[in-house]
Amino acid sequence: MSEIGLGHYLTLGAVIFTIGIVGIFLNRKNIIVILMSIELILLAVNINLVSFSIFLNDLSGQIFTLFILTVAAAEAAIGLAIIVVYYRNSGTIRVEEIDKLKG
Amino acid sequence: MIAHTIFFYIFSIIAIISAIMVTASKNTVHSVFFLILDFISISCLFIMIGAEFLGMIMLIVYVGAVAVLFLFVVMMLNVAQQKNQWFISKSSSNHIPIGLVISALIFFELIIVIGGWKYKPDLVQKENLYSSSEITNTHSLGQVLYTDYIHIFQISGMILLIAMIGAIVLTFRQREGVKTQSYIKQISRERSEGVEVLNNVAFRKGVKIDE
Repeated sequence: MSEIGLGHYLTLGAVIFTIGIVGIFLNRKNIIVILMSIELILLAVNINLVSFSIFLNDLSGQIFTLFILTVAAAEAAIGLAIIVVYYRNSGTIRVEEIDKLKG
Repeated sequence: MIAHTIFFYIFSIIAIISAIMVTASKNTVHSVFFLILDFISISCLFIMIGAEFLGMIMLIVYVGAVAVLFLFVVMMLNVAQQKNQWFISKSSSNHIPIGLVISALIFFELIIVIGGWKYKPDLVQKENLYSSSEITNTHSLGQVLYTDYIHIFQISGMILLIAMIGAIVLTFRQREGVKTQSYIKQISRERSEGVEVLNNVAFRKGVKIDE
């Protein structure tokens, strides 16, 4: 086995990013799973930033990971609040039945 | 070094499998649990390559706060009976191959970028962001975070505050027919509307309130 380098971590990030995108595209369930897929995508971004930061010996990647963590937490809170309000108003959060905007 | 390799493969395989299970599992509660497992394995990877502070913060923020928030909402909204309908759709199932094609394209683009990636030949590292091996990761992060990035740090605090206020405002609901204390009414009562002074009350006759 070869030594673990930057490419391994970047590949892991790419795989998790793609799984997140597949989760957004192929979702037929409720919106909460889409929010979780967005969290997966942000996690992949964090993996990339942290591995670059470690292998380039530069701390700014980890700083930016902290801020991405903050934004992800805020986004999850707001998104879940919107979902709760929508469920209270319309009684469903299934992806297929959310078509009020006729998009 | 061989242990590092073995642990990297173990944690990354756990992370990938649990990421697949997040999107593919039948029950939404199971999805949240797999999300937690994913975060835990990724934070183990972070701790392994030397970003201990971020690994611990990932555990605290994601597993401790965000995933539990997801779990609360999933249990509150009663979506357990909305079972999985993956790949089974009555109408408009033509988005599945399109989604798969786009995802495969994005993945191969990322792999091509990673495969052809090189360091810039005249790469110069900034001195103040150089992480030395004498102090710990948390120490060096703190030295940079509270000096060079203090404005961004405070702005992120403001973002969290706004998110908190927004979530409260969105989900706040004024119920009808619930008797609550109104502090404004209580405080703004005047003496003239609360107390009535009667003159010429007869001795030992009492006062009739209704009159």
